Amino acid sequence: MSANSARPSPAAQPSGSAFILKKALISALVALVLFSLMIGVRTEAGPQGGLIYWTRFGDLAALVGAVFGGSIIVELLRQWWGPVDKDSIVPKPVQSAISFAGRWLAPALLVFAFLVPVIFYNQRYILDLSILVLTYVMLGWGLNVVVGLAGLLDLGYVAFYAVGAYSYALLATNFGLSFWVCLPLAGILAAFWGVLLGFPVLRLRGDYLAIVTLAFGEIIRLVIINWQSLTGGPNGVSGIPRPTMFGIPLTPGDDGLAARLGIEFSPTHRLVFLFYLILAMALLTNWVTIRLRRLPIGRAWEALREDEVACRALGINTTTTKLTAFATGAMFGGFAGAFFATRQGFISPESFTFQESALVLAIVVLGGMGSQLGVALAALAMIGGFELFRGFDQYRMLVFGIAMVLLMIWRPRGLIGHRAPTVFLERNQAISSDLVKEGHG
Amino acid sequence: MSGDHILTVDRLMMRFGGIVAVNELSFAAERRKITALIGPNGAGKTTVFNCITGFYRPSGGAIRLAHDDGRTIQLERLNDFRISKQAKVARTFQNIRLFPGMTALENLMVAQHNALMRASGLTLLGLLGLPSWREAEQRAIELARTWLNRVSLLDRADDAAGNLPYGDQRRLEIARAMCTEPALLCLDEPAAGLNARESGGLNELLLSIRNEQGTSILLIEHDMSVVMEISDHVVVMDYGVKIAEGTPQAVRDDPKVIAAYLGADEEEAIAVMESGT
Ligand SMILES: Nc1ncnc2c1ncn2[C@@H]1O[C@H](COP(=O)(O)OP(=O)(O)OP(=O)(O)O)[C@@H](O)[C@H]1O
Ligand SMILES: [Mg+2]
Repeated sequence: MSANSARPSPAAQPSGSAFILKKALISALVALVLFSLMIGVRTEAGPQGGLIYWTRFGDLAALVGAVFGGSIIVELLRQWWGPVDKDSIVPKPVQSAISFAGRWLAPALLVFAFLVPVIFYNQRYILDLSILVLTYVMLGWGLNVVVGLAGLLDLGYVAFYAVGAYSYALLATNFGLSFWVCLPLAGILAAFWGVLLGFPVLRLRGDYLAIVTLAFGEIIRLVIINWQSLTGGPNGVSGIPRPTMFGIPLTPGDDGLAARLGIEFSPTHRLVFLFYLILAMALLTNWVTIRLRRLPIGRAWEALREDEVACRALGINTTTTKLTAFATGAMFGGFAGAFFATRQGFISPESFTFQESALVLAIVVLGGMGSQLGVALAALAMIGGFELFRGFDQYRMLVFGIAMVLLMIWRPRGLIGHRAPTVFLERNQAISSDLVKEGHG
Repeated sequence: MSGDHILTVDRLMMRFGGIVAVNELSFAAERRKITALIGPNGAGKTTVFNCITGFYRPSGGAIRLAHDDGRTIQLERLNDFRISKQAKVARTFQNIRLFPGMTALENLMVAQHNALMRASGLTLLGLLGLPSWREAEQRAIELARTWLNRVSLLDRADDAAGNLPYGDQRRLEIARAMCTEPALLCLDEPAAGLNARESGGLNELLLSIRNEQGTSILLIEHDMSVVMEISDHVVVMDYGVKIAEGTPQAVRDDPKVIAAYLGADEEEAIAVMESGT
């Protein structure tokens, strides 16, 4: 602590090496006390029924050492990644490199996304995974409108995903409507359900709102399971038509796209098509959200998150403002659901459990509520990262959980916590995350 | 009590369970004048504001707002956001309520929500970026710029409201209320926490709002120098009832007022007597 006590900055946090060492020592000490019994001494029932024990001081030392080292690394990383405009011991060049990377990250990611089918044309697995990641990016962006912008905690987002998926599946299988006709219908129906959900929850805040939305998600799932005659119940809906490229099917037949173009048919064509389809849909979601933020409705959403009472004093109808947020988020969820149905060709209630809602919410929270880029990165990390650890099998969940906990410790407001203003006179400067409210009411 | 009244409060009652916070209170605020509502702590001033601005539904009585064009609106029948939207009554809060994570400019843009919603064709035209929307947005930014300038915060326009010093936040909240283009501006202790220089600036700001915009102002204030200097009419409350009203001088010399303040808080009573001399 003494290392920088002379620094004039009022917000200076202790960041000297002495402080880090002290903290690591304390962590190591705690680990020693904790693990000395848990790991240092091992007991077991002996052959005669008596208790035998032996010591494992080597393992204990290794673990305490790991905690010590880990604690130093954690502290260093925390200071590197610390909230904006805080003192840090990161050297200037690294800082400017990070900010440079930050500026170019979004365009670079976008270009990369467009090139994925070209680069990985022969790797079906990667293409499939990318489609999955993009679906979650889109869901994350959709939920971001509700949670990140309007600050309404929605734990039942999967309901709208399900409404979208079933809308397309049922309209297509029963009435033979094409994907392109059903897509807007799915969005509209989901938005309609969003408004329906919105009405009863408008008066609720915080935890109550979360619980009611959670219940709504479950209700939709249970209705789907039990309304056998319409939805097929637990058996789901199968034989959902695949999307066509504006009427031209992507099949090996004579009227298929491959035959018309005079190239050899390959199942990858459909995958590539699906990839660009979801990419376009996700980008549309992103574009609309960015536009909406700069319109009065989007500003009202954010104002609502900041202070609802002040909104009312300014003549903002908080009821309709909340409803539009719910409806907009639900609409994007519905679009994504329709895409999901056409991609899978088969849907059942199992795909729409609470776990999905939780996953999408985790993506939004992890990404930094309100940040479009953050949500995309979080979706990539969560869905992609989860696949990456497939080899580790039983440790997958553990690693995943630890990674999330660590991330939330370093960046409590998500990967990209600061907020970009929607309008400015002279300087377009980011707003530090500790000023931005989280809402939830 | 003669002249052209913009706001008439008639036997206003507000009960919270057993507590009678406002009891048969009647007063009127004149158009294009500054009316001060004063009284010791807990007298019920903020409660009166909350009734006027629709945050509380009064237990009894009437609140009438007479617009320039002759329309009369019964405020106790409207609720929350409609009071600002339709009746054009704006307010500030005793404990500042800005949008801390939004910039000063954004705060003023949110205040123009209803006008901008109309201009953006309920979002649809705005989404397409039509020129008519762009112009409306530019005009809104200009109005915000004007008000930022009036409260001398132009150079902090792009800073987060939550980052501004206390006095600046108070002024920004007034600017935000003015961006709704109100007929009646209700200020709940705007000078609280300001130093002498800042509160002098506030006096000038409020006088200029009255004189240039023609906005009527209803003001709750503890700082007697502000009350004595700028208000045209003073209403004194204690325990939910009106105990005196009149010009600042008349009220200052009223023994009932002095007694109320003495009974409540000696310092304040002395402040009443010393200020304006
Ligand atoms: N929502 C409420 N529920 C219950 N009692 C309330 C409520 N609001 C106000 N009161 C009571 O009404 C009385 C008047 O409160 P009010 O806030 O209007 O006083 P005030 O004149 O604004 O005081 P101050 O100068 O301290 O701001 C107080 O006794 C208060 O406890
Ligand atoms: Mg008060």
